[in-house]
Amino acid sequence: MNEDKSNKDIKLEYPIKGMDFLAAGEASSNIKHTLQLIGFSPAIIRKVAIAAYEAEMNIVIHGSQGVLKTLINPAKIELVAEDTGPGIPDIELAMQEGYSTAPDNIREMGFGAGMGLPNIKNCADEFTLDSIVNKGTTLKVIIYNQ
Amino acid sequence: MKISDLVKELEAEVKCCGDSLDREVNWCYCSDLLSDVMANAAKDSVWVTLQTHPNIVAVASLLGLSAVLIIRGATPDPETIEKAIQENIPILTTKLPTFETAGRIFNLLAKKV
Repeated sequence: MNEDKSNKDIKLEYPIKGMDFLAAGEASSNIKHTLQLIGFSPAIIRKVAIAAYEAEMNIVIHGSQGVLKTLINPAKIELVAEDTGPGIPDIELAMQEGYSTAPDNIREMGFGAGMGLPNIKNCADEFTLDSIVNKGTTLKVIIYNQ
Repeated sequence: MKISDLVKELEAEVKCCGDSLDREVNWCYCSDLLSDVMANAAKDSVWVTLQTHPNIVAVASLLGLSAVLIIRGATPDPETIEKAIQENIPILTTKLPTFETAGRIFNLLAKKV
């Protein structure tokens, strides 16, 4: 984790390993604790925690590896999740609640319900998802502090 | 109500964080899909599930849940208990299945209103 307090923005960056279900959630947990220390409202913290967790789990489940970046300032919280996974051929389809490409063994753990991306979108004020098949996926979410 | 009331009513076993049983429980959510819990479980709820892997602790901690209650006699993974101790999330187990568990918790909560 790198923390840069050179200006008003706080930048956090967490490498995420694919299929590491033991460490999964630690990045989101750190982001949540940082927001609590700063003193953001519980409603904002909940939205960020949900979006960060789902983005982190998407990298764990689908991406071979990736990074979860967070930019925090008094006006907004920005999350960027980048991975070098298989990419998403049809983003519209991936956004449909219930659609998932997660394998059975991961679904048995309660993941892969096809709710992750819709959950993120519900929490986000701004949401962009870019993907190139066989290259990777970049998700950007902004949650305004209001 | 408190987690200790829940333990008594469900004849639950406390797998960790026995010092935190005076924590308040305001509601309950029953689900085995983690994203469903993330989207819908309210803070200070007890989460009823049959999942036993360590990621249930991450979900409970991120949402500020009071406890995780594992049903039907399932045993949490040792890694789950380790994580739960770190995050101070009490893990309980009961032999009852989801329906009976939820019914008893609902009655307990209804009494308190």
